[in-house]
Amino acid sequence: MSDTDSEVTNAYFREAMLEQQAPPVTETGAVKWLRENLFPTWLNAIMTVVALYVIWFILSHIGPWFLNGIWDAGSLSECRAIRDETMGPDASAACFAVIADRWEQLTFGFYPRSAYWRPTLAFVIMLAGLAPVLFGSIPRGWLTFSAVSPFIIFFLLWGGSIWVPVFIAMGFVLGAVAARLLGGVNQIAAVAGAIVVPILYWAFVAIPLAEVVHDLIPIGIRAIPSSDFGGFMLSVVIGMAAIILSLPLGIVLALARASDLFLVNKLAITFIEIIRGVPLIVWLFTASLLLNYFLPPGTNFDLTLRVIIMVTLFSAAYIAEVVRGGLAAVPKGQYEGADSLGLDYWQSMRLIVLPQALKISIPGIVNTFIGLFKDTTLVVFIGLLDPLGLTNSIRASTDWNGIYWELYVFIGLMFFIACYAMGRYSMYLERKLQRENR
Amino acid sequence: MTSITDSPKGGFHPRQLIYDTRYRSLTIQVVTFVLVVVAIWQLGSNLMVNLANLGQEPNFSFLNQRAGYDIGSGFGTAVTGYTSASSHLTAAYVGILNTLLVAFMGIVLATIIGVLAGVLRLSKNWLVSRLMAVYVEGFRNVPLLLWIVLIYAVMTEATPTPRDFRVDDAGVAQAYMVFDAVAITNRGVYIPGPVWGANSGILVAIFVLSLIGAFAYRRYAKKLLFDTGRLLPLVWPAIAIAFVPVILFYFLLGRPVGLDYPELGGFNFSGGLQISNPLVALWLALSLYTGAFITEIVRAGILSVAKGQSEAAEALGMRANRTMSLIILPQAMRVIIPPLTSQYLNLTKNSSLAIAVGYADVRATLGGISLNQTGRALECMLLLGLFYLALSLVISFVMNVFDNSMKLKER
Repeated sequence: MSDTDSEVTNAYFREAMLEQQAPPVTETGAVKWLRENLFPTWLNAIMTVVALYVIWFILSHIGPWFLNGIWDAGSLSECRAIRDETMGPDASAACFAVIADRWEQLTFGFYPRSAYWRPTLAFVIMLAGLAPVLFGSIPRGWLTFSAVSPFIIFFLLWGGSIWVPVFIAMGFVLGAVAARLLGGVNQIAAVAGAIVVPILYWAFVAIPLAEVVHDLIPIGIRAIPSSDFGGFMLSVVIGMAAIILSLPLGIVLALARASDLFLVNKLAITFIEIIRGVPLIVWLFTASLLLNYFLPPGTNFDLTLRVIIMVTLFSAAYIAEVVRGGLAAVPKGQYEGADSLGLDYWQSMRLIVLPQALKISIPGIVNTFIGLFKDTTLVVFIGLLDPLGLTNSIRASTDWNGIYWELYVFIGLMFFIACYAMGRYSMYLERKLQRENR
Repeated sequence: MTSITDSPKGGFHPRQLIYDTRYRSLTIQVVTFVLVVVAIWQLGSNLMVNLANLGQEPNFSFLNQRAGYDIGSGFGTAVTGYTSASSHLTAAYVGILNTLLVAFMGIVLATIIGVLAGVLRLSKNWLVSRLMAVYVEGFRNVPLLLWIVLIYAVMTEATPTPRDFRVDDAGVAQAYMVFDAVAITNRGVYIPGPVWGANSGILVAIFVLSLIGAFAYRRYAKKLLFDTGRLLPLVWPAIAIAFVPVILFYFLLGRPVGLDYPELGGFNFSGGLQISNPLVALWLALSLYTGAFITEIVRAGILSVAKGQSEAAEALGMRANRTMSLIILPQAMRVIIPPLTSQYLNLTKNSSLAIAVGYADVRATLGGISLNQTGRALECMLLLGLFYLALSLVISFVMNVFDNSMKLKER
């Protein structure tokens, strides 16, 4: 066969290459995509049609209402008049004028208008303080600013004498100094000093000292009580404070719960289970109704502060469970490796176990934070004016009596943006910390 | 902490309490114990002093006093026959029943929504999976409280009044009932209610027996499959066993159970069952919100089953539905159940948000009106907390039993 190949001209052989042809229309481009993704089988085609109907149903109801939205009016009846005039009485149109009219109230509550710059500046400082913590690409030196920023924010929001936050912050410095001085003597003494000295200082020295200094050098801005706080500002204050405080507390609780020490372990379990077994709303009522019973007679402190403490304890219990899962997922060899290196308990936790455990627990921790931030809306039931509480007071005015959807949509959107951003950040962090050891 | 230390030579030195690992754990625990006892003692003594100043002492006898307030009609009041002359204890009982009702209904609906949406989220259909993603993100990232008040506003503001159902002279009404049986109004949702005639007890007994029979059949068929490899049909015979006798006896006994349809009379509907709008709003919001979380749990559970498992099942020639029920789901369930349990717990605890719509749950009766009327904040909150704690423990226990039955049984 091989020697005759070139001579034979067989009708069955093709001599010229075929023209290249375009693929069939069903196998390319949009048609292919539609066929594969929307109509691969009969069942899928039906589902697609149903889904299209659902989307059309929702859009046909919300779309015109949203697009016809009226932004410029002074009251609901004015809104309706404008609608009747331009679109006819049957048209559906949102009255977003209420947001244009009351957005300041929804954002700041009853905070004095002349001082709006303070929470705004505090918000910017909060973002700037968070940035170095959240993103590793920012120079580490900025972390100093992050450490200082809570005191600046406290001063800006509550006002009063500048010396109060200064002397409170001094407590941390004193603790560090005590630890440094006593560290030369004994490690245990250093730890005890770092804890006891600041507590004694805050309890007995800080505030009187601040008052004395304030009398000598009065620097300060107008004090604003937290009962004037409201709206998204209140949600962010409660949410951020509780997030920052509950993470360390939750980690300590998780370590206690995973501890070998019988008593410590049982106490941690009792605390966590009691907190988690009861709804937050019951804890909030406890904070507002009962907490005074358990304090020394005559003491009475700020409701917002009480709420922050309760929410912190609540979310710390949840974080403890998440971190416990992370601790359990660290292989036993890591614990044993740390022991075999001669590290003591805190060293092995700090250097070996917790970095791995926390990495595993990131999604859970962020979910807890998202839940916490959403739960700040519950404070409306104990009389604090969060955004949802303010909708009631807006509706109570004659101008905006009977307005619901626009306010709910606006508040929902704000919460959605914040919570969605947190969720995205957790995904980013997970990707960043992923090691190539799979 | 288990490192080996040299046994000390000579006597005991106090320094060993801190530096010797054998004694250190004891030291830490004793210090912790003392601190906790001091703290509790401090709180307790503060409490006693404060209560003495108020002239009160902890006392639960108020529970037997006349409550003196009305609770809107619903499941709890119907079961207990509560009136304003009943005691605070009965009022608490009404609240507990209402909480259990909405928690149970919510768990059922949230599970259905979550499983459906979780499977659809994994669908290859682009549009459907995107739609489910929007649902999940939309509900997860907005506070539950907002959903509750929003759905409640829809139920009360955007639904027709009973009067709109009236047919006018031209034979047209402004609103119509769904299937001529369900009326959604701003005063509540009216659905047909059952009417229990004579002999209806027998019918219920037969139904329970045939349900047990259906389960027994399934067990038998499974055992046969695992023992001998013979595969009996599973689905249709079980359904037949469960329903055929009931339907048969329903007609034999002369239709003992009827349906009472709601009818428009005067200004309102009468007959049927009225489900109050607070309950509907709370139920739907809890279910949709928790359903979004369950969706993600179901999705993660199904994705956690290694691809090799379904490929192996295909290689064995199994059909798709059997692969799902025998290979994928049993393995996915192990991943799904623990987080599902915590979602059920969350839903139950979140039912206390009933306060937003005025549904008479236990927080509203025992922790609300009873508390305000008697001024017994400490006692009421304590009982309320204990109730929720006990409920959480019961749900955890039931789900743990279920989880253990699903666990990998290693031989």
